[in-house]
Amino acid sequence: MEFNYLTIILFLPAVGAIIIALISRKDDALIKRVAAIFTGIPLILAICLFVAFDRSTGAAGVIQFEEKYLWITQLNAHYHLGVDGLSMPLVLLTCFLGFLVVLISWKVHDRPRQFFAWLLLLETSIIGVFVSLDLLLFFVMWEIEVIPMYFLISIWGSGRREYSAIKYVLYTLFGSAFMLAGILSLYFTTGSLSMVDISNQGLGMVQSIMPAAAIFWLLFIGFAVKLPMFPFHTWLPDAHTDAPTAVSVILAGVLIKMGGYGMIRLCVGMFPGPAQQYAQILIILALIGIIYGAAVTLMQTDIKRMIAYSSISHMGYVLLGIFALSQVSLTGAALQMFSHGIITGLLFAMAGLVIHNIKVRDLRKLGGLARQVPIITAVFSVAGLAALGLPTTSGFVAEFLIFLGAFNSTAVPYAQVYTIIAIIGVVLTAGYILWMLQQAFFGPVKEEFNGVKDADGLEKFYMFVLVAVIMLVGIYPAILTDVFKLGITPIAGLFGG
Amino acid sequence: MNLELFIPEITLAVFAVLVILLDLFVKQKAWLVKVSLSGLVIAGGVTAAMWGDDSTAIFNNMLAVDSFALFFKLLFAGIAFLVILASTDYIAKFARFQGEYYALILLSTLGMMLMAATADLISLYIALELTSISLYVLVGFLKDRKSTEASLKYLLLGAIASAVLLYGMALVFGFTGQTQLGAIAMSIQSMSLDNVLASPALLMGIVMLIAGFGFKIAAVPFQMWVPDVYEGAPTPVTAYLSVASKAAGFALILRVFYSAFGIPEWLSMNWGMIFAALAVISMIIGNVVAIPQTNIKRMLGYSSIAQAGYLMVGLATLGFASASSILGQSTILFFLASYALTNLGAFIAVIAISNKINSDDIADFTGMGKRAPLLALALTLCLISLIGMPPAAGFMAKFYIFSAAVQNDLLWLVVIAVLNSVISAYYYLRVVKVMWLGEAASEEKVPSSGAPRLALFLCCLGVLLLGIIPGLVMRLAEIAGNLFAF
Repeated sequence: MEFNYLTIILFLPAVGAIIIALISRKDDALIKRVAAIFTGIPLILAICLFVAFDRSTGAAGVIQFEEKYLWITQLNAHYHLGVDGLSMPLVLLTCFLGFLVVLISWKVHDRPRQFFAWLLLLETSIIGVFVSLDLLLFFVMWEIEVIPMYFLISIWGSGRREYSAIKYVLYTLFGSAFMLAGILSLYFTTGSLSMVDISNQGLGMVQSIMPAAAIFWLLFIGFAVKLPMFPFHTWLPDAHTDAPTAVSVILAGVLIKMGGYGMIRLCVGMFPGPAQQYAQILIILALIGIIYGAAVTLMQTDIKRMIAYSSISHMGYVLLGIFALSQVSLTGAALQMFSHGIITGLLFAMAGLVIHNIKVRDLRKLGGLARQVPIITAVFSVAGLAALGLPTTSGFVAEFLIFLGAFNSTAVPYAQVYTIIAIIGVVLTAGYILWMLQQAFFGPVKEEFNGVKDADGLEKFYMFVLVAVIMLVGIYPAILTDVFKLGITPIAGLFGG
Repeated sequence: MNLELFIPEITLAVFAVLVILLDLFVKQKAWLVKVSLSGLVIAGGVTAAMWGDDSTAIFNNMLAVDSFALFFKLLFAGIAFLVILASTDYIAKFARFQGEYYALILLSTLGMMLMAATADLISLYIALELTSISLYVLVGFLKDRKSTEASLKYLLLGAIASAVLLYGMALVFGFTGQTQLGAIAMSIQSMSLDNVLASPALLMGIVMLIAGFGFKIAAVPFQMWVPDVYEGAPTPVTAYLSVASKAAGFALILRVFYSAFGIPEWLSMNWGMIFAALAVISMIIGNVVAIPQTNIKRMLGYSSIAQAGYLMVGLATLGFASASSILGQSTILFFLASYALTNLGAFIAVIAISNKINSDDIADFTGMGKRAPLLALALTLCLISLIGMPPAAGFMAKFYIFSAAVQNDLLWLVVIAVLNSVISAYYYLRVVKVMWLGEAASEEKVPSSGAPRLALFLCCLGVLLLGIIPGLVMRLAEIAGNLFAF
């Protein structure tokens, strides 16, 4: 057993949360510095792990940096951590955004102690979901996330925050109730809670006791609520819109990725039969999500609500990529999760900045800001263009891989037809992104916005970091796809590549 | 005969009398607390020392001394300890009868210990009545209108439940000719299915037993007394009722149904099905009716009905599992331990808060996050545990009990149960919401004194420990799941 890097990455934010809880409530600056340190170190460690990650082809499907200790004898549950090609980039993404949201929240002055404590706990639980290889641990982490989210939205949110918070909680619990039943069934039929063992052994046992399709659906509902898949998406616009900026970034950036991650790892990776059998239904739901999400986005006037609805559409691409079931499309879906995390994270950060500095969130009342806030305008435009999939941005590579993979998919009939329909979504995306940019930033200058503040130093810093990552992945996607492939190959192998 | 195996019970009886006598002589009433607590510590310590010995039966097979009984005795001693710690402030307001209060708690604990150990229908009834009569008095202790009404209601309905139980016992006795549980089991196993179906009185007797016990554990449709009694009784007594009395009821059910009616399978499947049905209606009614409640004691009352529903999922498992499996028992034991800590914690926080603001209305808890941050934090943790969310004990307890149910083909029941947990999140979180999000009516801090704080701290510590490293207590529950075979 080597040094337990993952444990440290996982629990440092939680330790930070406890330390913050002990600091005097008046010491605003110290609280923020502690939060930055306890999210910064995990980020550095995560980068180190990402660099040290074994990318050789022999490492396909291999769990790296593994830690395994017996946790509960009676349930045969282990404290089992590890990352493979699929989860490593997502851990990195979580640590990255986890650190940036601390910077993004630098201007939170209302009960900062509680705010940062909850934010750091949230980070621990999300990292936990991505590094857990034991189903019980996975579920525990999955559930813990709900509590910080509830407080973060309902205390520091805006608009109908209490309604949105409880709606989020009930939707999530509803989904995880089914997931729990699914995990229990899986545990009962295989006798194991280890994701690795279950994936390796296959489900020969399961068929004889309980139909595998039933367990597949129980698990799937939990992930579908989180992703969110149409028709379980209605919590998302409310939660994203009413959450404070930092939480919107985390929510759109990594939290909903837990759904996609769970689908690939558990639903597709463990249940290839049912996944293939129901792929068409799920792809059709994905298409509805893409088109419907984009169409509804077109009609939004609230800047945050608009970005929120666009997430539904973008997550539709993820779902399409997953259930096209080919190597390329799955890699594209994974990359889209990463890329969407950064792009939408940036969009929400920028929207938060606009709302904070200009105090207006209605797109119809904004306008002509390009003169007054040039930096915000430039970065917002880059993020918007990345979201619509402009080449040289990460959004382009991800969507391209999904379409390419889905079009060539041999695992699902009529995949070409579905792909062509999905591409309509791109046109709609271009429509709403350009409309949003035009409404907010271009057109005649409005007098009342003279003298509003542009981004300050700290804000410039995190903006440019995010833009740099978007560009980096857009120009040299292999930095991520090489890693994702290692995790995807064994799963895609179940469907003949 | 081994009288030393009876020392915990003797200790409690002696200390109960001692407390009453002491009350006549000492002016410093704090001594009463110390004496009662030391009685419980001695009884608990002796019980713990007996852990691991061979199980046996004493008093002519009337009482079993097995790890199952010891587990419950420890649990009851612990609960009574925490309840007494939490009642000190509350009871210190009384001018008179302080000694009686503590003595009655000790006596009812004694009754519950006997309930867990009973192995004969006759000792069962005596233990049950000893517990019940002490509790009837405790419920009416405030002597105001609500408390008296609660006490009378509890007494009348309790008496009816006892009568039904006695009738059921008479039928079982009439059919088998035995009162000792092991002997009843042997007599039933010698009968054929046709034999029983020809004269269904035995089945009717079993159903009546379920009804009688159902009153104790507050399962729907025998829950009518719960809201009024919970609201009217002194809050520490409500806490005690909701935890200890329920656990004792489950101890009785486990003992009787496992030892006497566990075999043959056609019988256990049938009562398992009855418990499954009761579980479903208890969960649904408990959770749905809890939603509109405005009084926190009433809300916790309905929530305890729902929790009894989750526990009965375990009883259904017991019925469906093969007789050699102990998973059903041990999951219930673990759930009871975690529920005891959780619910006590919630009630102690409520006692500490409402004692100072003189109100049980949820609306008056507004802004407690600012006025009493530690109490509010503790209450939040306990409510999260009641929902069944990690990292609290409630999650592990539910996971454990539901995993046993799934293993015995009760997936449908588990799905209903987990969906019910979602419903419950709504009303538990409403309390969390008012505490942390609402603006307080006054900025005045809510102070709390040492003893309740200690009790609350112990509860919260337990809730977290059982939620994060449940292995040790699960191991104890597993050992205790091996009931004494006669």
